Order: sequence, then structure tokens, then C-alpha cells
Amino acid sequence: MAHETYHDPSNVTNPEHADHHIVSPLQYCMVFGTLLLGTAITVLAAYKDMGWLNPVIALGIASFKAVVVILFFMHVKYQSKLIKMTVAAGFFTFIVLITMTLSDYMSRAWGMW
Amino acid sequence: MIASTNPAMHPHTHEAVDHAEHEHVALPQHRHHFETEEQQREAGSFGMWLFLLTEIMFFGGMFFAYLLYRNWYYPAFTVASNQLNVPEGAINTVILITSGFFMALGVWAAEVRKKGLLVIMLILTTVFGLAFLGVKADEYHEKYELHHIPGASFSTAMFTNPAAFGLKEEPLAPDMAQHTEIFFFLYFAMTGMHALHMIIGIVILFWLTWRAHRGEFSSGYVAPIENFGLYWHFVDIVWLFLFPLLYLINRHPLS
Amino acid sequence: MSTSTPNLHTIVSLPDQSTAKLPKRHYINNEHGLLSWLLTGDHKRIAILYLISITFFFFIGGAFAGLIRLELLTPQSDLVAADTYNKFFTMHGIIMIFLFLVPSVPATLGNFLIPIMLGAKDLAFPKINLLSWYLYLAGGTLTLAALVLGGVDTGWTFTTPLSTHYLNTHVITAATAIFIAGFSSIFTGLNFIVTIHRMRAPGMTWFRMPLFVWSNYAASILMVLGTPVLAIAIVLVALERLVGIGVFDPAKGGDPLLFQHLFWFYSHPAVYIMILPGMGVISEVISTFSRKRVFGYTAVAFSSVAIALFGFFVWAHHMFIMGVSNYSALVFSLLTMLVAVPSAIKIFNWAFTLQKGSITFETPMLYAFGFMGLFTIGGLTGVFLGSLGMDIHLTETYFIVAHFHFVMVGGMLMAFLAGIHFWWPKMTGRMYPESLSKLAAVVTFIGFNLTFLPQFILGYLGMPRRYAAYPPEFQVLNVLSTAGATVLGVGYMLPLLYLGWSLKYGAIAGDNPWQATGLEWQIQSPPLTENFIEVPIVDYEAYDYEWLEKKQREQVTTVG
Repeated sequence: MAHETYHDPSNVTNPEHADHHIVSPLQYCMVFGTLLLGTAITVLAAYKDMGWLNPVIALGIASFKAVVVILFFMHVKYQSKLIKMTVAAGFFTFIVLITMTLSDYMSRAWGMW
Repeated sequence: MIASTNPAMHPHTHEAVDHAEHEHVALPQHRHHFETEEQQREAGSFGMWLFLLTEIMFFGGMFFAYLLYRNWYYPAFTVASNQLNVPEGAINTVILITSGFFMALGVWAAEVRKKGLLVIMLILTTVFGLAFLGVKADEYHEKYELHHIPGASFSTAMFTNPAAFGLKEEPLAPDMAQHTEIFFFLYFAMTGMHALHMIIGIVILFWLTWRAHRGEFSSGYVAPIENFGLYWHFVDIVWLFLFPLLYLINRHPLS
Repeated sequence: MSTSTPNLHTIVSLPDQSTAKLPKRHYINNEHGLLSWLLTGDHKRIAILYLISITFFFFIGGAFAGLIRLELLTPQSDLVAADTYNKFFTMHGIIMIFLFLVPSVPATLGNFLIPIMLGAKDLAFPKINLLSWYLYLAGGTLTLAALVLGGVDTGWTFTTPLSTHYLNTHVITAATAIFIAGFSSIFTGLNFIVTIHRMRAPGMTWFRMPLFVWSNYAASILMVLGTPVLAIAIVLVALERLVGIGVFDPAKGGDPLLFQHLFWFYSHPAVYIMILPGMGVISEVISTFSRKRVFGYTAVAFSSVAIALFGFFVWAHHMFIMGVSNYSALVFSLLTMLVAVPSAIKIFNWAFTLQKGSITFETPMLYAFGFMGLFTIGGLTGVFLGSLGMDIHLTETYFIVAHFHFVMVGGMLMAFLAGIHFWWPKMTGRMYPESLSKLAAVVTFIGFNLTFLPQFILGYLGMPRRYAAYPPEFQVLNVLSTAGATVLGVGYMLPLLYLGWSLKYGAIAGDNPWQATGLEWQIQSPPLTENFIEVPIVDYEAYDYEWLEKKQREQVTTVG
């Protein structure tokens, strides 16, 4: 009886589990197209003078491409909450490293950044 | 139950040699200490993701160094960046995306158990990976000829006197020009670390292709292909950031 | 319960020694020969391999500590030259931190116990577990190589530009050693996290896990996320030395503080990597020897995770006098105070666990009491140091040295010894000699306080760290400290001797000498290679002593 209730080796009822989802080649092709388009836009945008928008656009497109790769090529869209949390934790820690260190450098020379 | 199967177990790896008593064990790759294949697969991919977290933080340190010095020495960074080869960099981006695309198709081929297709996709992934490294080597060679490799032979002549090299850039004061060395160091450190990851990946690809050719991934056991795919895509993502950050800092005055 | 235990002063219940035998088959005698150990995938055997290797490095690091204290016996630098002294404290630091403290509890006790506590047959990745031991060994060998080739004198912090421009010792060898040892710790952490998420037995929910597992989980997160940043910082130092590109070189426009930021981004959380698993040991020991569920189980569990999380936000408090901005120093100082909260939660909860418990004073409990007292002092002086004004006065003095030795040696090493004694019967099947081990615990405590309490005063009076010579008025306190170090040395040698002795002559321990509730105590000692004969079904909460009593009553009636 207890065996029936508790025996859940792959934690099927848990948020740590997700069914194995196969992403179709069509989806991969669309992602591929998006990435190529993103690359083209990145290069073209870099040659237009948009002031402070240039780095923002470059990083924005790069981040968008990264998200697309993570969601589809790396299947995170179809993964369990556990994997999604793990990915988020990685970027969170990276942002902690960047912002906390920057807080020092920026406040060393107010107004010069 | 487990005690009685012990003599049939491989002593070092816990691989179950005898599956007769385990109805849920279907594949020879199933490790004995996992209860189900599902558990083993999810543990493997979770482990791979945790490894990628360490990679994020590993590259993260260099990205921060880049961010800091780019802000401190922006003039040096722009002129130095303008000496990088955009066509080659852009082509390399396309090559790497293509390689990642074939890797993704390879994962699909393994999941739907098409052995021939999987082998072809892995080979294509490898070929494009090698092409990337080839282009990269050409770029490094170009930097060598221009004395842009940090170290004893590094020269700032091109940045203090750009007119002599036929460049339209504004000349930099010598102390600011000296800081181009930091840009080139970061360029070599980041792309070099990225290339090192590619080389390791290609070595693993050879091994996986050989195993795929032997049909190891054609019966539902696809974890190594999937997990390697994660690694390969991660390396792609690093490049997706490196390309605009290193090559395209301030291209517009030239157009 | 008191009726069933005739002697109220002990809970030790050993089987009848005239008839008791070790189990016929267990993980130690399952296979024979050196290769069966060197190629093993068994987490318990890897734990033993780790135990042997970290003990080896502990005594090497300890020998350097002895040499340092010997040099400081007199105010002049008469035993060794000043630069040799620099090498002594550098080797002491590198060996003790990277080769002893970081792997100590996780790689030995954690490796041995986490799968068993969760009801699993092994860690998720046995081969990676073995690989991490080999990486540790490679790192250790390289450290020894750096030592034999002539040593390193940067201090364990590799401070730039000292390490990159002003020294001509074996910095790169030592840096490589730390890089490799770092990956050993990454793989251990990765293995633990996956195991804890994926390998729990049926019924072993998150809030039924022993607190030892929780604290190792928190430490593992730090290992996985922090260590790579140290790795890249170390790589950049090596490149700076090899090629001379100026990322850390002010002459070329680099910023030496960037290295500090990257280094302490790991090395501050590393402090929690070292102490958290020790806190887990203390939770287990306190609960067992006061026969009570840990007070505020959930709070203690979450405080581990909170320490891990906050640990990432405080690193710049190591850099207050190095030129970080005053504003960010203020922020980091405030955040540092925040870490004291979860640490205090743990201490208070342990104290409440003791309240009205049936406390017995076995050796692990003595060490645990040592931990609580010394860690509290170490932690509170940390709050002094975290506040800006005090830090400016006290940093780089012996006050710092005393503070982190109270946390690391008084805290972590006490916890490690508590754990080794506590689980020794499970690991070997035999008991250690009780009175001798109690003596060792007391000697360690006295020796420790004699060594490090004078250093608080020395630091407060202004004696700087990292110098071979000092003004003569500090000599009395330094002699006291050196005398204490001698006592401490005896305290550490004793367990080595009697634990070795007990391997052959110790009393047979039986399955559950402490009457503890963890899953590891419900199986034979030493355990089988596969840990459990059947996958255990966990239907009781952690530290449920009534469940244990009921189970034992049922066993007696069925046998009877």
C-alpha cells in the first residue's frame, strides 16, 4: 500500500519531471532561419549610427538569439521546472557578479560612466 | 533482490550485466543504481545543465573584464575592434549557427532512431565546426602579421599613426593606444577559450560519430547525443555574444 | 525510553561482544586488491580514498602551521629567513584551504553518507565521482611539486600585482594545482546536486531529508557556481605571468582590484563551502545525543540555503582597505551583517534542540559543543570585521587570523572530527576507544583556545599578519599561542593513532550504536556495496525517535 503511494522513482508527479518531448525538424529550421536573420540584422545595424542604441541593439539581438537557442535547440521550453530554474539560476548568479562588481566601479567615479 | 543479483554486476561500474530480474531495465546502457531509464536520462541532462552553469560563470569573469575595460578605454576599444575582420567574423557566425543547426537535427535523428541520418548530421556538425576553427586560425594569422598579438611583438603603431597604414581613424594618444593591448588580450583570451571549447567538442564529436556508427544511439538511448548537443549549443551561444561585443563595437563612422 | 536504557549517561548500545561479528559481506571486503580501490565506482570506497588523502594533506598543512608557530616563538626571524616564512604560510594556506577544508566533509562524509541518507545505491555519476578524486590527487601532487621545487610565497590569495609582477616563485604550478583541485570540487558539487534531486528513495521528500543533506546541498550550489570564477581568475594570473598582457597590471592600464573581485567572488562563498557541511554534521550529532528532533527543522534547512544565497553578495568585505569605493563598501558591509542572521538561526535552533533533551556526552557531542562555542565566537568577530570602521583597524592583523581560525578550525575541524567519530562505527563497523577519544576532544578544545585566543589580543594590539618578526612586547602572547599549537598538535595526533588502532581492535559497533534515526543507521555496518538490500520506503519524518523506538519494539516481538 505504502509502496503504491510512494513509489515514484522518476518523480513523475513532481515539478522536477517533464515528459521527453521531441522537437520537430520544422521547428529547428525556423529557429535556424531566425538565427541567420538575427545575424544579418546585427551586422547591418552595427553600420548605422544610432548613438547609445547601437550596443543596446547588438546585445538585445544577441540575447534574443541566445534565448531562442536555449528554448528550442536546447529544449528548455519542453523541460521540467527544475531545468528552467537551473538555467535561471545560472544567469542570476552571472548578473550578481556583474552588478555587484559594477556597483564598486561605478561608485568609485560617479558620473564618469 | 539486489543482493542476489550482485555477482552478476560489473564490480566497478555497477552496470547490470544480468537484466533478467529487472523488468524495467531494457537497455544495456542502463546503470544499475538508477531505478528507471527515465530517472537516468533526467539525471544526465540535469548534470549537464549544472556543468553549463559552471561554464557560464567561467566565461562570466572574462565578460566582466571586457565590460570594465571597454568603459574605461572606450577609444582604444573602438579602434582596436575596427581592426577585426567583420566579414570573416560574420561568416564564422553563420558557420557556427549552421553547425548548431545540424547538431539539433542530429539530436532529432537520434530521438527518432535514424542511425544513418544521425551519423551524417554528426559529420556535418564536425565539418562546420572545423570550418569555424579554420577561419579563426586565418584571423589569428592576420593579427600575427599586424603585430596585434599581445606580448613582446605587440605594436601600437597602427593606432598612434593610422594615416601611415591608410586608415581613416583618428590617431590615439600613446597612452590610450597602449590600452589596445588589453582589448587584444581579451579578444584572444575570449575567442581562444571559446576555440578551446570547440576543439574539445570536436574530439568528443569524433568519438560520438564512431559510437553512432556502431548503432549505440539507435535504440532509444540518446542521452550522450542530447547532452553533447547542450554543450555544443552553449558554445554557440558564447559566440553569439562574442561576435557583436568584439567585432561590432563602433563600426558606423566607417560607413 | 529511560526504562529500556539501564545507564542514563550513555546511549551507546553495542551488541554482545562475545558473540558479535562484523557482517560477512560489506563494501570493504566485497573485492580485494589495490585496483579494486583505484577503479572503484562505489561512493563509500571513494569516500575512504578521500579520507586517506585529505588526512595526508592535513598533516602536511599542519606541519607548516607548526613551523610558523615555531618561528613566531621569538620576536626575531631567527628560525628561517623572512621569505621562507612567506612560503610557509602560503603553503599552509593553500594546502589547508584547497586540499583539506573545501573537500573535508563533503568529499569524505558527504560522499559516504548522502546516497545512503537518501536511500540510493550510489551517487548519480559514480565515474565522475572517481574522476573528481583523481583531479583532487592531481591538484595535490602539483601543490607538492610546487613545494618541492621551491615553494610559493604569494599567500593563498595570489594577490595581484604581487603574484604577477614581483615574485619569481612557482606561482603557475600552484595556480594550476588550484585550478585542477577546483574542478574536483565542481564535480563533487554537481554530483551531489543531481543525486539529491533525482535519487531520493520513495517517500524521501525534501523535508524528510536529514539536515546534513540540506547543508551539503547548499554547499554544492556554491561549489558549482563559485569555483569557475576562481578558475578564470587563476587562468588570467597565469596568462599575465606567461605573456605579460596587462589585465591586472596598473602600468598597462589594468586593474589589480579586478582580480580581487573575481577571486573573492569565489573565495568568500568558499568559506561557506567549508562551514556549511560542518553545520550539517552538527545538526545530526546534536539531535542524536539529545534524543530530540532538531528544533525548527525547516528554519535550519532554509538557513543553509539562505547562507548559500547571501554568500554571493558579500565578497567585497575582504577588500575594504584595498580601494573599493566607500559607497559599495557600505553596501557590502550591510549585506555582510545579513549573513549573520541565518548563521544565528542555526545556533539558536541547536540550543533549543538541547533544551529539555536527554543529553549524553559522547565524543561527537563533545566536539559539537566545541563547535557551537568556537563557531559563535568566530562568527561574532566576523560581524566586528564586517563593520567598516572596525575592519580598517583590524584587517591584516592577527585579529583576522584568529577570526577565521575560530570559524575554520574551531568550527569546521571540530565538526569534521565530530562527524568522523559519529560515523566511524558506520564506516568501519568498529567503535573507537571512548575514554581516549573524549580526552582527545578536550585536549583539542584546550589547545585550540590557547592557540587562538591570544591572537585576538595580538591583533587588537596591532600585530600584523604575514611577518616573520614582531616587536618584543608581543612575545608573551606569541609564546602562549605556540604552546597552544603544541597541545593542539597532540590533540590531532591522538585520533589518528586510536582510530587506526580501532580498525583492528575496536569493539564491534553493530548497526546502530547511537540509536539514531537516519537511514544510514538502519542498515548494517559497514554497509553493503549496494547499501540497501531493497529500495527503502521512507514513511517517517527526519529525527523521529518515537518511530525508531516503535520499530525496535516490533523487531523484538517478532524475534521473540
